[in-house]
Parts: sequence; structure tokens; C-alpha cells
Amino acid sequence: MHRYANPTRFMRLSGAILPWSAAAAGLCLAAGLYLSLFVAPPDYQQGETVRIMFIHVPAAWMALFVYAGMAVASAVALIWRHPLADIAACEAAPIGAAFTLVCLVTGSLWGKPMWGTWWVWDARLTSVLVLFFLYLGYLALVHAFDDPTRGARAGAILALVGVVNLPIIKFSVDWWNTLHQPASITKFGKPSIDPSMLVPLLVMAVAFTLLYVALLLVRMRAAIIERKLRALRFGAAAAVEIDSFAAPGRPAAPARPAS
Amino acid sequence: MSTVSDFLAMGGYAAFVWPAYGVAAIVLGGITVQSVLGYRARRRELDRLQAASGGERRRRQ
Repeated sequence: MHRYANPTRFMRLSGAILPWSAAAAGLCLAAGLYLSLFVAPPDYQQGETVRIMFIHVPAAWMALFVYAGMAVASAVALIWRHPLADIAACEAAPIGAAFTLVCLVTGSLWGKPMWGTWWVWDARLTSVLVLFFLYLGYLALVHAFDDPTRGARAGAILALVGVVNLPIIKFSVDWWNTLHQPASITKFGKPSIDPSMLVPLLVMAVAFTLLYVALLLVRMRAAIIERKLRALRFGAAAAVEIDSFAAPGRPAAPARPAS
Repeated sequence: MSTVSDFLAMGGYAAFVWPAYGVAAIVLGGITVQSVLGYRARRRELDRLQAASGGERRRRQ
């Protein structure tokens, strides 16, 4: 695994993967939107509001999936001090928060016509709202320290503690018999929805996953450059400080940034 | 033309379906734009600093 820990190697590898994942995300998104809006039939109970589900459900999956990935990256960062794991966790968080926000808002827009209410303090809704605040709290904590390493460490611990919320979200619909309906798609057994709706749902889920990969790579690349910039500026500042003490007439040594 | 307006009406649920797609587009589009712009700004800054520091360090990727 440490083969890929080298930021230079990561930059090369991610630079090669990024255009493909971005293009694939765009294609899948176009196909998914076409299937969701034009091909899928209206539901016999939900009518046309079922089309909201093609965004809501994949966004909810991503909200959980991104958090799980963030927690794994945090564990790797804490245990092995993997130099890219901190960056991966920090950069995944805003993407996860975005998917969670989409999930909450689209769910609310579906709930009004179908349940008759924008919001209830149902177990599922409440635990997803907690997940959203976990993402925001994580981001606030990571950026609250002057030293990015300490911020990342504190964030990693918070991310790991927050993992307890994932099974609560997953099983909330089974443990508490409140408003939100249980899962229609399970790993075991036949999904209880028709292929005409299952296919758009899965295409959108693939599109969101590819979008996540592309966004994570762009953001991680930006974060690595940011670290390099910080080192360069630090090196330049140190060089200026040395210059002011250097004997006049001697050429100043060029800044030698540690990459 | 009626098929277009039928489509836009979303069986009477236009007020819920279109905002849902709109919010998703704004949030996911927004984070995409923010990520790409942030990357480009840092990339430019790095190129500028490396050019300023004598240019002995080549861009490596």
C-alpha cells in the first residue's frame, strides 16, 4: 500500500485516471437523467414523484458510502500515518456533505406530496441529519487548528467515533417502525422494484459514484499542491530570513523547498 | 407542444420534482465547480512560484 503513499506517484496515477472517471461520470449522469426523466414509468402509487427517488436514493447511498470511506481513511491515517490518508479523509468530507444535503432536500420534497409533511423526527430522517452535522463538525474541527497535522488527527478521531451512526441509519427503518419505509433493494433476494425503475436507479448510483471518484481525485490533487505551496512559501520565508543575516555582497542561496 | 407541457407538469407534481432535480444540480454542480476552480488556482500559483524560484525545478506532472 505504501507504494501509492508517495504523493508524486499519486499525482501521476490520479492524473491518468481523472479524465476517464470524469468522462464516465458525465456519460452515466446523462444516461441516468434520460432514463429517470423520460424512460421510467410513473409509479402506480407515487405518480411522477417517483422520479425524485432516482436522485434521493443514490444520494443517500453515497452519503453512507463516503462516510465509510472517510472513516477507513481516518483509521489508516491514525494507525499507519499514511501521508495520503489524511488528505483523502479531509477531501471526501465536503463531497459527502453535498450528497447528504441532496438526500435531505430531495427527501423533503418527496415527503411533502407523499407523506403530507416536509419533515418528521423519524428515526431515519433524524439519523441522516446527524450524519450531515457529523460531516460539518468534522470539517469545522479539521480546519480549527493552525497545524494541519493536528487538525487531521482530531478529525480522524471524530470520524471514527461517528461511524456508530452508520448502522443506526442503515437499520433505523427496521428497528423503529416510524414513517420512513424500509429498503426496497437488498443484497439477498430479489429487489422489490420493477426493472424499469431499478435500472435508472442503478445507473444514477454508478454516475454518483464516478462523480465522487472524480471530485475526490481533483480535490486530493489540489490539497497536495496546497501542501507543496506551503512548503515553498515556508522555504522562501526562511531564505529571506537567512538573507537578512547574510554578509552583504554574497549571493543568497535559492530557496530549496522540501517537496 | 402538449407533450412538452405534460412532461413539465410532471402529473401535477412539478412543484416537487423540478426543485428536487434543481437542488441536486446546484449542490453537485457547485461542488464540482468549486473543486475544479480551487485546483486550477493552486496549480497556477505553484507554476508561478516555481518559475519565480529560478525555474531550475521543472514541473513533474
